[in-house]
Amino acid sequence: MGRKSSRLTIPSTTLKLSAVREFVEKHARDYGFSADVVDQMALAVDEACTNVIRHAYRGRKSGPVDIRIVEDADRFTVTIRDQGESFDFDHYKRPNLAEAIRARRGGGFGVDIMRRLMDLVEYERRGRFNEVHLTKFRNSDSKNSVKL
Amino acid sequence: MSNFSVTFRQSGSVQILDLEGDLDAHTAPDFEAAIKKCLDGDQHRIIVQGTRLEYISSAGLGVFMAFIEEVRDRGGDIKITALQPRVYNVFDLLGFPVLFDIMDTEHEAISKFDEAKVGPSGNG
Repeated sequence: MGRKSSRLTIPSTTLKLSAVREFVEKHARDYGFSADVVDQMALAVDEACTNVIRHAYRGRKSGPVDIRIVEDADRFTVTIRDQGESFDFDHYKRPNLAEAIRARRGGGFGVDIMRRLMDLVEYERRGRFNEVHLTKFRNSDSKNSVKL
Repeated sequence: MSNFSVTFRQSGSVQILDLEGDLDAHTAPDFEAAIKKCLDGDQHRIIVQGTRLEYISSAGLGVFMAFIEEVRDRGGDIKITALQPRVYNVFDLLGFPVLFDIMDTEHEAISKFDEAKVGPSGNG
């Protein structure tokens, strides 16, 4: 199978998250992933887009969020690109749930979810762009991945 | 446009919130408002009923994290019931079952609240 690419661009508003999930679900399903993996892809992309909207653009609604799906024979990759503030991915520390509850704090788990659900999570700063690449391999179903 | 709703029901002293649709960063403020409404009305025994909850992201889970201490400080709890497997798995992913009562049925959750009320250690 040749490489197939699809793209959706949304403004940085949470209103569009459901459209993003539908877009990812459709392509992941057509790619042949199981229902569990389709759910994992949609959740991981939702978390990435939510981080962009809340943190990279800091609530600014006009910033573009570009979602690009690349389907290769062996892997399915979703790239989320924005022009907001950069993120220190390497120094992200997984929050502790008990501590978050004690601190009455509800956020910070998005990257943790992405890493738990995806086979590969990569971040890069390219000029004025941030890019997060979320990858599932085609044979993901047979791996010991988290079931959603 | 939002495909999320919260419906309020009362069972004795327990406030039941029926969630429906997708709970994400867009709809989490609606859920937060529902929990605040319970607290403003001195309702601290809360059941979140998820039969018709189709989806949750960390933004939705964040509402539980942000409010559970306050609810427990007031002598109550938020118990979570009847989640669909795909939604339960997101709670499980972040370790919620260790720190929250997540039950199969609303009936079980009500019974647990009742036990806490009349039991030997049920003084809060």
